Amino acid sequence: MSQILKHQKTCVVIGASHAGVNFAFALRREGWEGAIILFDADPELPYHRPPLSKAYLTGDDEIDKNLLKSAESYQRDNIALKLGVSVSRIDRKEKKIVLHDGSIQAYDKLVIATGARPIMPVIPGTTTARNLFPLRTAAHVSEIRARIKSGSVTKVVVIGGGYIGLETAASLRKLGADVTVLEREERILSRVTAPEMSVFFQRLHAQHQVDVLTSKNVVSIETNSEFNEVVCADGDRFKADMIIVGVGIHVNMEIAKKAGLSIKDGIQVDASARTNDEHIYAIGDCTFHYNPHYNRFIRLESVQNAVDQAKVAAAAICDKQPIYNSIPWFWSDQYDIKLQMVGLSQGYNQVLVRKDPENEKSFSVWYFKDDSLLAVDAINNAKAYVYGTKFIKSGEKLDKSKLSDLSVEFKPTNLVSE
Amino acid sequence: MAKITFITSENETIILEGTEGSVMALAVENGVRGIDGDCGGVCSCATCHVHVAPEDIDKTGVASEIETDMLELDDNADEYSRLCCQLEINEALDGIVLTVAK
Repeated sequence: MSQILKHQKTCVVIGASHAGVNFAFALRREGWEGAIILFDADPELPYHRPPLSKAYLTGDDEIDKNLLKSAESYQRDNIALKLGVSVSRIDRKEKKIVLHDGSIQAYDKLVIATGARPIMPVIPGTTTARNLFPLRTAAHVSEIRARIKSGSVTKVVVIGGGYIGLETAASLRKLGADVTVLEREERILSRVTAPEMSVFFQRLHAQHQVDVLTSKNVVSIETNSEFNEVVCADGDRFKADMIIVGVGIHVNMEIAKKAGLSIKDGIQVDASARTNDEHIYAIGDCTFHYNPHYNRFIRLESVQNAVDQAKVAAAAICDKQPIYNSIPWFWSDQYDIKLQMVGLSQGYNQVLVRKDPENEKSFSVWYFKDDSLLAVDAINNAKAYVYGTKFIKSGEKLDKSKLSDLSVEFKPTNLVSE
Repeated sequence: MAKITFITSENETIILEGTEGSVMALAVENGVRGIDGDCGGVCSCATCHVHVAPEDIDKTGVASEIETDMLELDDNADEYSRLCCQLEINEALDGIVLTVAK
């Protein structure tokens, strides 16, 4: 009887990157027996994005060494992958999506995991520049890598001193390119870190002969038969065989908006990753979601959030009552430096640095708002990262004087306020 | 070629053969439960924690400093703990048994 009554449901996922793929496998693990269909405009089997600006750029491996899951894994879990297919719109009333070729896919549950796309600055010359690339997809990086390795490119200008720009600069330097980074703000990483961190990374790049120049607002790109010139508002001009643009992202939320879903700085979702349509969820970089640790709505560009929201949405669709309750974490690898970050530092009013003068390449930066620890940046210092995670989670009050006192042994019991 | 045995927290035994890449990648590729490898293998997430069978610890070696630090506050960690993204598959690992950490 139950066999006959059981309607074979379909869950459709728009976007097959970290969030979408993790969601699909999590949904199977939660016991979903119906169809799972993943759509993505990218024709490649879904891959890890973080290595694109790091190991994948500097290595020789093809992208298939870098997959989120093997092709067999999708078959084994009966997950249908529709790659190279873009979705035009969502018809919420009929519970179906319309693909770019006009064909239709019905859904019972829909998950939007559309992520983001790189911002291309609206300045003269970007469309005529030679070897100008953003860095978001395997195709971008394969092109960049091939041109560097062909020897036709030696001088690279990176526009944007955020993590993508700096990681790319470090990787291209490793490949032997002559690299200049142009940052519009007065310091690099200004949006996400304290000045201490900006100084450290600026110096790190200088040690590797990468020029990182700040207060450089790029206003146009001029291209002649031999090279590009990147022109700044202060009149400075920088020659470039190749230009990498890393100035941030636009959230891919147009189809959600067109469908009338609630939109803020991203697609708005509740603690179970559900939108204002009970059959539609959104996960990953494209969401505007509530974080209970920081008591505010945020949007995050991170693997952590992609994976955690994927798990939450999968559980919710299988009738459990999950609550998204994660502390954000991030990492960045540049040269021999491993940066691990936990928490969100925005709103801090005090920064403490724990630094051993003997080892300038290992330290940690602790962000407080009054007595609350908001975030920790750990440079080659996984211990600080792990302790920071623990303290942010527990909300324990820390003894700040001990934290910055190197004569106090670095261990959790010594750092908590008595 | 190395034959590696995984024992999951549900007591499922999975024997896999690998020739290259990390043990984490082999496990993820074959859907070994409890090994997620969220960071892709750069020792940043600690979602690939395994316990090496004591008799195999000479083959794998003990955890490196960053692994130990990442696991320091994990109540399940012990002297046989490894983050298996840091275990590169080679013939020396043939026959090892890894229990996926809880």
